[in-house]
Amino acid sequence: MKRLVVALSLGALLVAGILTSALLGQLPVQPSEVWGGFLRAIGLANPWQPEDPVIQSALQFVRFPRIVMAIVVGAALAAAGAVMQAIFGNPLAEPGVVGVSSGAALGAATAIVLGLAAVGDFAIALFAFTGGLLATLLVYFVSRANGRTEVVTLLLTGIAVNAFAGAGLAFALFAASTASREQIIFWQLGSLNGALWNEVLVVLVVAVAGVVASVVLGRRYDLLALGERNARHLGLDVERLRLLSIVIVALLTGVAVAFVGIVAFVGLVVPHVMRMLLGPQHRALIVFSAFGGAVLMLAADLLARTIVPGAELPIGMLTSLVGGPFFFFLLWRQRRRSGGWA
Amino acid sequence: MTLPGTITASSVSVELDGRPVLQDVSLDVVAGEVLALVGPNGAGKSTLLSVLSGERVPTSGLVEVEGRDIQTFSALELARIRSVLTQDNALSFPFRVGDVIAMGRAPWTRTTELARDSEVIARAAEQADVGHLADRRFTELSGGERARVSLARVLAQDTPVVFLDEPTAALDLRHQEDVLRIARELAAAGRAVVVVVHDLSLAGAVADRVALLSAGSLVAVGTPASVLTAASISSVYGLAVRVVEIDGRPLIVPER
Repeated sequence: MKRLVVALSLGALLVAGILTSALLGQLPVQPSEVWGGFLRAIGLANPWQPEDPVIQSALQFVRFPRIVMAIVVGAALAAAGAVMQAIFGNPLAEPGVVGVSSGAALGAATAIVLGLAAVGDFAIALFAFTGGLLATLLVYFVSRANGRTEVVTLLLTGIAVNAFAGAGLAFALFAASTASREQIIFWQLGSLNGALWNEVLVVLVVAVAGVVASVVLGRRYDLLALGERNARHLGLDVERLRLLSIVIVALLTGVAVAFVGIVAFVGLVVPHVMRMLLGPQHRALIVFSAFGGAVLMLAADLLARTIVPGAELPIGMLTSLVGGPFFFFLLWRQRRRSGGWA
Repeated sequence: MTLPGTITASSVSVELDGRPVLQDVSLDVVAGEVLALVGPNGAGKSTLLSVLSGERVPTSGLVEVEGRDIQTFSALELARIRSVLTQDNALSFPFRVGDVIAMGRAPWTRTTELARDSEVIARAAEQADVGHLADRRFTELSGGERARVSLARVLAQDTPVVFLDEPTAALDLRHQEDVLRIARELAAAGRAVVVVVHDLSLAGAVADRVALLSAGSLVAVGTPASVLTAASISSVYGLAVRVVEIDGRPLIVPER
């Protein structure tokens, strides 16, 4: 029942977000033209399609891919957050917080500095994914003790990884040409501007595969909440689940970060809200987090490009603006509850 | 012919960081019997339990389940043979008690056993006296309630061998007795029960056989009355005790 209400609300918000995003922008578009433009884009001539070809192409090649990109990136980041929290057994784990995003950023910056960007955006994506994977592995193996990760250890590890990646980024900026430097900085701020269909497709495929895989593993994540030993006694191959999950997290985060830049805290805020609404069962949690992430990202992007007329704010800045205080609230609550940081 | 659910340890030794924790221990876990592992702190009880349950690989020696090396079992196969109640009652996320107990059924997913899920879960919850807690959040429970919910989860796993590591530690008198009764009932139903307890009188009351450990070695195995004697306890614990017999079961009282 509760799930149905949440599902319907998310669905409504998603549709509203899509329509608003398609309507708002520098080119004025009629609501009927959105629908018509969509049908036209998939090859169906129809009476509602925009008469002005400029509007059609603005919808088809600028707004639509951007909308889909926001949806899939949000879904990927939120699902990655939920999975990460499950394998760390800790509700504060998040790709941005523990340094996976900055690892991916370092990878991307390396690709840009090495001039691989010329090869195509996919070279950047590959490097970003590798950086993210390495950072995830590092954090995972450093911050665990006795099958659990304490908050303090996790955050300190995050600081260390972020610091190291920060140093690497600084060096990349130092070594880069002026043009690359600008590319790195703006890439880091995160933006959905200029999303292309072929990029959207890559993120879409990875996001769908990653979300499906983690939903399939959902029941096992539930067992993991009992602690590693108890989970193993219940027949769970903990090692395999961990490694699989790390790859999933790195894929989801890496691919999202690769094309959109660093968008922190989506993976923290969304699973948390969903857990509060629906309880901790991971199957539902991951599915709903993916949808929630899509809604949040769409809303953030809408704000990012409309809040200042004629200019565009970095979306990563917006999510951190909301996510930072939220993270603070979580820490405060956990501390009040358990009287400590562990 | 070995009975189902029989686990045999032959000359098992365990070293941790070069320090011997278990030395040359041979012990059988037999179906239809409660086996109590007792001994002072650091005697190796928990280590022996983890070796018998297949969790820890012994440095030397062999553990067999029904004649097959325990190391050749997958985690899932083992989970269908034995359940383990650990002292770790932490839970990362606020699941409801009903969900936690249901997790005990995980090894039976995609088997014909699945049909018995609700029946087994309900009985486990009733046995551990946690039925009334089903809708509460596990993380909101007291220590004793958590311990009982964990016990219910272990019972829901419904395995021929049940390992209980200090199941009575956090419990009040009545629930301690409940646990003892459950252990007896499990054995009466043909299962093998291995229980680590500190309270020697409790061990004497519940066990068919008692294994007394001292500094990693097995000092004695046998009926409670034959193992829990004033002489053996005094020498192992370094404390003078009196053993009183009530209803044929030894009751151990320190000399004060």
